[in-house]
Amino acid sequence: MRRLWQGLLAVLTLGLGRRRERRRDEGEGDSGGGRGHDLVEPGPHNPGTELGVAALFLLAAASAVAFIVVYSLERFPAQHELFGVTLAAAFGFLGAGLIVLARRVLPSEELEEDYPEEEHVEAGIEAATIVEESGRSITRKRLLTAAGGTAGGAIGLAALTPALSLGPWFHTEPLRRTPWRAGRRLVDREGKPYRAEEIERETFYTAFPEGASHRTLGSMLVVVRLDPARLRLPRERADWAPEGILAFSKVCTHAGCAVGLYRKPTYPPTQPPPGLVCPCHYSTFDPALGGEVVFGPAGRPLPQLPLAIDGAGELRARGNFSNAIGPAWWGVNLEKPS
Amino acid sequence: MVGGQPGEAELIRRALLWLDARTGAAPLVRKGLRYLFPDHWSFLLGEVALYAFIMLVATGIYLTLFFEPSFGETTYTGSYAPMQGLPMSEAYRSALELSFDVPSGLLMRQTHHWAANVFVAAIVLHMIRVFFTGAFRKPRELTWIIGLLMLFTTLLEGYLGYSMVDDLLSGIGLAIGYGVALSVPVIGANLALGIWDGPFPGSTVFESRMYVAHVFLLPILIATLLAGHLALVASRHHTQFRASKRATQRRIVGMPAFPAQTPRSLGLMLMTAALLFLLGGLVQINPIWQWGPYETYQATNGAQPDWYLGWLIGSLRLMPGFDLSIGDYVLVPNPFWGGALFPLVVLGVLGASPWLERRFTGERGFNNVLDRPRDAPGRTAFGAAFFTWVALIFISGSADRADVFLGLDYESQIWFYRVAVIVVPLLVFFVTRKVCAELQASDAIEEAREAAEEEAKAEAVAA
Repeated sequence: MRRLWQGLLAVLTLGLGRRRERRRDEGEGDSGGGRGHDLVEPGPHNPGTELGVAALFLLAAASAVAFIVVYSLERFPAQHELFGVTLAAAFGFLGAGLIVLARRVLPSEELEEDYPEEEHVEAGIEAATIVEESGRSITRKRLLTAAGGTAGGAIGLAALTPALSLGPWFHTEPLRRTPWRAGRRLVDREGKPYRAEEIERETFYTAFPEGASHRTLGSMLVVVRLDPARLRLPRERADWAPEGILAFSKVCTHAGCAVGLYRKPTYPPTQPPPGLVCPCHYSTFDPALGGEVVFGPAGRPLPQLPLAIDGAGELRARGNFSNAIGPAWWGVNLEKPS
Repeated sequence: MVGGQPGEAELIRRALLWLDARTGAAPLVRKGLRYLFPDHWSFLLGEVALYAFIMLVATGIYLTLFFEPSFGETTYTGSYAPMQGLPMSEAYRSALELSFDVPSGLLMRQTHHWAANVFVAAIVLHMIRVFFTGAFRKPRELTWIIGLLMLFTTLLEGYLGYSMVDDLLSGIGLAIGYGVALSVPVIGANLALGIWDGPFPGSTVFESRMYVAHVFLLPILIATLLAGHLALVASRHHTQFRASKRATQRRIVGMPAFPAQTPRSLGLMLMTAALLFLLGGLVQINPIWQWGPYETYQATNGAQPDWYLGWLIGSLRLMPGFDLSIGDYVLVPNPFWGGALFPLVVLGVLGASPWLERRFTGERGFNNVLDRPRDAPGRTAFGAAFFTWVALIFISGSADRADVFLGLDYESQIWFYRVAVIVVPLLVFFVTRKVCAELQASDAIEEAREAAEEEAKAEAVAA
């Protein structure tokens, strides 16, 4: 019954609303339209609320002034936080004032009208006809289309050509190049050569080629020492790890981050063996297996660098990496690093 | 109130007629003032995104007045003691100076960063709302596509924003971007070398390229898409829920732009600004002094990017380790799956949704009235499953945090997620469809009960 009553009420207001709308539409026609009060419903009349809105606006102003004051005082305690609070208060109070104004003071009419016309079939057809009829005098349409298309394509290509200067698009050689050569010493960040006896177990060291840039991906190494008896290196790398000291490229073969984590078992019998781990996507490489991937998304092993210990007890490279460094690309496996 | 005194009304009238004589705008203004906005809280999500964008432009312009987009080397001498004398790029130095030595600089930078996070969040929630109410159906497919393009442009824009700073977080993110670029089948290496002007970390012009993209090209693209999005919304009008009997496919019911909607919407804009300034002032975001300048040989799992890249981190991490190869050629290097193909699939599926739905339902009419999710069980179930899939991949991106903070074994978690991303969405699909059917059935029962009650009452009255 209540629903029926509500429905009746809705129909009634709807009817009245409709009539009023119509009256408005009529009013639009005459020259005096827009003057009277009949275009907009009267609002709820809340003089008390208007006072509240004014208060909110003034609070906004006060907060804005507070921001200016805080700004002008040098080295105010918690200045940065107060900047945020005062500015937020200024915007917040103004916003709150407007919302209260809209809800309590201004008319909140609910109107209705037709949705815009769904389709303009006639206009569409006429437009198409204009295009079609404009070309009626052309006799060699296909020839012109082909020639015009060729011109457009060629000009497009010409316009794109300067983009070739953006970079060495086709010179992929640098991707394979590394500064490592036989005899080159391994040094730390400050350029001090690494001595074999400094390399301890259960930690890792970052090394660079002596005298080369630290920035290129091909230079950085991660160096670890393992128990020589536990090494399971590929046969051809039998002499690459003197005293169990191993060096690998520090660039993850997955997405190029620095392999910056070293997983070392704190209780070897039950825990996984030592692993070089990339902190970006957790590709895990086993140094004892010559850098093989044991977990994570990397698709290629971490390239190993053959090491030697010279007469002075310092670490030197015996050649270049076992395979190309860095993330994979189309031709990454085609050639060895140079 | 407007029209309180005759003098005031006369002034407004004169101003409008002056403008009309020179622009012919009066009919447009007249129509615009009474443009109708159907009312529902979820319709505000798009507005919040718009206002966050305005905040981004405003705070971003301020930041450009201080930031020096250069990889040029310098030494830090600013007021942050721990970095005194540290060699770094001009970009990083100026970002530190902006944060420590420019009054209100930190507020603007943090507000900018918060606005970016809120912007993407509002777009995503808005998109989900539009999806589950079927608002993307004819005649609004283009609006939907433009919105999606805006979302993906925004992701790139945000990524470049934190990458320009040249701190450790920037560098790690860029290294991954480089890895993904390299992984594009066949042309990846060429692409990466062209964009970075050489092998990673690229030449000094790379910073200029990021800068012009971040402060000019992409913002203009976003603004253009935004303008198109809004123009299409206005020309087809808003969709509406069937809140009353008057709201139909042909009649729109709502509050007029003026006076009802304008102060509400302005109020929302100011509230959005207030929230962002409050966050920017009180909640630390991207503390660029924490990790130091980027060196290619450094990486840490402590530096976390913005939330909206989480789904890509998750997808890169979940992928089992293999490079798809033919002989010595690597056809698909691993990062391509998670870093490029996955977001493209998401974009493609969402973009094709209006047409996919049309194929399945055969419905070709105009739609102005929104569905409640239960009214379209197929769409709702598919959407729930699809978004669950993306969300699970997103959550899997935080498995390392769960390891650090909760002690859950990382490798076991990854194996769990690898299975879950396949199984759970399927479950979600069937459960959601069932729930929708049940809800529809309960609606039908409710209606039948009410009808019977009315009838009984009518009979009682008659008796």
